[in-house]
Amino acid sequence: MSQTKRLQSGGRIDRSKPLTFTFNGQSLQGYEGDTLASALLANGISLVSRSFKLHRPRGIMGAGAECPNSLVQVGRGAGTIPNLRATQTELYQGLEANSVNCWPSVKFDVNAVTGLFSPLLPAGFYYKTFKWPKSWWDKVYEPRIRKAAGFGKAPTEPDPDRYDKKNRHCDVLIVGAGPAGLAAALEAGRRGARVILCDEQNEFGGSLLANRQYLDGKPGIEWAKTAVAELESLEEVTLLARTTAFGHYHHGFVSLLERVTDHMGLTSPDGRPRQRQWRVRANQVVLATGAIERPLVFCNNDRPGIMPASAVSTYINRYGVRPGQRAVVFTNNDSAYQTALDLNDHGIDVAAIVDVRPESDSVLVDRARKEEIPIYGGYAVVDTRGGQHVSGVKVMRLNGRGDGVYGEIHHLDCDLVASSGGWNPVIHLHSHPGGTMRYDESIASFVPDQAVGNTYNAGACNGNFALGGCITEGLSAGATAAAGVGFGSEDIEGEAPATGKQQESPLRPMWRVPSRKAIPRAPKQFIDVQNDQTSADVYLAVREGYRSIEHIKRYTAMGFGTDQGKLGNINGAGIAAEALGEDIAKVGTTTFRPAYTPVTMGAFAGRELGPERFHAVRKTPMHKWHVDHGALFENVGDWKRPWYYPKPGESMREALDRESYQTRHAVGVLDASTLGKIDVRGPDAAEFLNRVYTSGWKTMEVGKARYGIMLSEDGMIMDDGVSARIAEDHYHMTTTTGGAARVLGHLEEYLQTEWPELQVYLTSTTDQWAAISLAGPHARDVVAKVVSGVDLSGGAFPFMTWRDCEAAGVPARLFRISFSGELGFEINVQANYGQYVWDAVWEAGQEYGITPYGTETMHILRAEKGFIIAGQDTDGSVNPMDFGMHGLLSKKKDYIGRRSLSRPDAMREDREQFVGLVTLEDPKEIIPEGAQLVEEPNANEAPKPVPLHGYVTSSYYSSTLGHSIALAMVKRGRERMDDVLYSPQADGRVIQCRITSPVFYDPKGERQNV
Amino acid sequence: MLHIKCPWCGWRDESEFGYGGEAHIERPKDPDSVSDAEWADYLFFGSNRRGDFRERWVHSAGCRRWFNAVRDTTTYEFKAFYRMGEEPPGGEQ
Repeated sequence: MSQTKRLQSGGRIDRSKPLTFTFNGQSLQGYEGDTLASALLANGISLVSRSFKLHRPRGIMGAGAECPNSLVQVGRGAGTIPNLRATQTELYQGLEANSVNCWPSVKFDVNAVTGLFSPLLPAGFYYKTFKWPKSWWDKVYEPRIRKAAGFGKAPTEPDPDRYDKKNRHCDVLIVGAGPAGLAAALEAGRRGARVILCDEQNEFGGSLLANRQYLDGKPGIEWAKTAVAELESLEEVTLLARTTAFGHYHHGFVSLLERVTDHMGLTSPDGRPRQRQWRVRANQVVLATGAIERPLVFCNNDRPGIMPASAVSTYINRYGVRPGQRAVVFTNNDSAYQTALDLNDHGIDVAAIVDVRPESDSVLVDRARKEEIPIYGGYAVVDTRGGQHVSGVKVMRLNGRGDGVYGEIHHLDCDLVASSGGWNPVIHLHSHPGGTMRYDESIASFVPDQAVGNTYNAGACNGNFALGGCITEGLSAGATAAAGVGFGSEDIEGEAPATGKQQESPLRPMWRVPSRKAIPRAPKQFIDVQNDQTSADVYLAVREGYRSIEHIKRYTAMGFGTDQGKLGNINGAGIAAEALGEDIAKVGTTTFRPAYTPVTMGAFAGRELGPERFHAVRKTPMHKWHVDHGALFENVGDWKRPWYYPKPGESMREALDRESYQTRHAVGVLDASTLGKIDVRGPDAAEFLNRVYTSGWKTMEVGKARYGIMLSEDGMIMDDGVSARIAEDHYHMTTTTGGAARVLGHLEEYLQTEWPELQVYLTSTTDQWAAISLAGPHARDVVAKVVSGVDLSGGAFPFMTWRDCEAAGVPARLFRISFSGELGFEINVQANYGQYVWDAVWEAGQEYGITPYGTETMHILRAEKGFIIAGQDTDGSVNPMDFGMHGLLSKKKDYIGRRSLSRPDAMREDREQFVGLVTLEDPKEIIPEGAQLVEEPNANEAPKPVPLHGYVTSSYYSSTLGHSIALAMVKRGRERMDDVLYSPQADGRVIQCRITSPVFYDPKGERQNV
Repeated sequence: MLHIKCPWCGWRDESEFGYGGEAHIERPKDPDSVSDAEWADYLFFGSNRRGDFRERWVHSAGCRRWFNAVRDTTTYEFKAFYRMGEEPPGGEQ
């Protein structure tokens, strides 16, 4: 029979709209307006999951974001979502849900035997148990733990849904649409302020959805409906239901997650986004986030059927569900008496109200007495019975100090325990940006103290739980927020609805119900039921020396779960205070951090999905040609650069050998467009370059170019490149491909902050020029066929000069520079002509055997010449002297970084210096880049640590030389020529190598100066 | 996500800006005249103040101009924004 636990009437469900769903394969029915949790309870299903560590049976516990237990896997295939809280999952037709963390089924879970060994699994057992042997870490421990632990399963296919992001500004953002939030929105909205009101629930009303309080003589929800209707009519008010404010950052920035179509089915209908992240910048923020009831902590308090009292009331009043047949209400305050009345009024037998307070006197207590509900004043539930569901409780008398129980044990049969230990204001969002909190003894919890920025707390989240007070505080916060943006004064203009007076008696703080046996031997008292974390764990942590609540949390894993300890953490702090013998006000809470509830990755990604949209990709004008000619690419910064061009059937080594042979013996062409280019102009351009490069630049004439290195102010090499003088007041600067943005920023910073008197203008021109680099003995022949207007002879156009010209009829700059050691030219043309001129060069080069080469061959050719690549051979900790670049350091002027070169550390004689290496045993063996170099031949057997003498920065096979070559940084390397070093490898091999000059090929530079 | 007022462009999100550390640390005019210790102090040591702190920002995804700000390092509240070369509000720190 379907929905046996559904009440005959009542609730905010639509009984005319039945919905069919499945849970663990069983077909069930619920109604529109149900959550998965309420629908399961309506069908008499309360066992939904197994706990994380001990695999104990766990039921639906809460009724909202706070529920630590009701994790389910919803759907299957690409759209499946792991670890949804059933309490926040709206029911839809065809919903498929399954339990997580149990095998083979939630009722019979093999791993439940871990519960028998639980004495062996105390807090910190991971740290203590799985330490040795080390070889078991990744082979035994990790796979086993991963199999046994963890909850749902992530989908393996791409998410089929779309997610959106939206940026919005508003005057007043109000989080929470309960009585306080609605009142604030009315007050601010009526004045014309631009208001956003959001609430995580599917409908507005907050606590009024789930209780039976009256406003203006009508059910509270009627007042809420009227308020919502008025807000809907206000043009500047935006209402967002199903929207969680999950992060509150500085200066009024709040992140919201709107679940647009989650409630409609597994995948979004009609192309709508599944979820939308709102990034709101609010001038004023009103927090009306309510409070969460904390349960009482007693032995075996985790059995299915044990719930916070307010959750019981919510299931009855909001969902029309009968959560049990016979209940015990266990409380330390008045609010749970309302739950007893809710149960009683709906024909559910209340076996007893067990109240830890010997005396209590209030309207609600009187009503319970009138209904003749048995009240055990000054008693406590000390233990429970049951298998997969609670079947009874043990009740004993509590002593006056509240730290012991005595007397006869009363056994009460029940299938439902509704417990209340008081209420915790939801101060998460208040705390995210650094708002402080203080302990309020009257409610035995933490309330907001100093808010950050224009943030106001109103209602239950501010520690004010009475309905009338919530509304007044909401109106006041709305008025203050509106006044803060110039809409009226801080005086309340709206009128508060009338509420009944509620006399209350004070609560009796109780973090942990005393157990009959001392803590380690007593049955488990769960604080965090998702992580199986108990009061014994907190006591153990304190005994082992932990004092800070932050450390106790991390040692015990309290509040580590997907619920982030919303039910348990304040109890945990109270129990830690008890164990430490300190005041809870001093112990405090752990830090509240975003996100309030878990946020789907998709909501952060939005539409920026996939390699094309996730990050900018930069391609040169000739990119398609490279693709068409079989290039493989490598990423350099954001650029795609041709890596090498293998011919069909060719290995990488064969391709590189061919490319470098052709370049050394005929002519090679390289796309150099990615090099950073900065146009430097102004009357002080020469002076500026003189200050940012280490060498002298003022005397370089127009028409010439020069290699320069730039240092950071700490004296370390930052970047290098060739710059050319275009005119007296105009330079064309080049940087490394990956360093372009950094260099531009560096230059701008010095111009604006240190030398604002210099008249210099910088423009990034990297994308405006296409650069075609030709190298090899036939480079001049090819250039001659393409370029006109320049005398290319060595005498007229020597190395390190440039000329204006035309290339294939297009205006061009021709540079005579070389990064390969060969005769070299670089043709620069306006980027849109890049492919056109490249085609002309390619055509002209055919008769000379022109070959395109990529970055790998470029690296080999430059390494044969000992040319460095900033960022590969340098790492921010090496200075120019380490590279023997003394000749580039001007003594006649100051430049950035110069002073640092005379610091004692820069002058140290045992610094690592740039050298070459060749391998000895097998001359063709390539030492891995990054390999360490030692003097000890048998480093693997030698006592550790083995003194380090250097490391390899670049390493290649040189077909030109017929052996491998490496560049390395070696201590005092330049005075150790021909010394032998050893490079021990991870696989046990040791590579023997000899120190050489870093210039392996054509040391006199005769090939490039022809 | 801080909200920052570029003196040229107005209020913008933090993601448009780069941070430049403590402001008003001037590069020694004649680096040779300072001792190694003074140079190291210039290079490596900031005041790391608690409370109002003068710091540099650059509107790197906007006008690319550097400017100064006064920010309370405990609350992240900005007290002032001012251009390079302008006197900091509030006098000596």
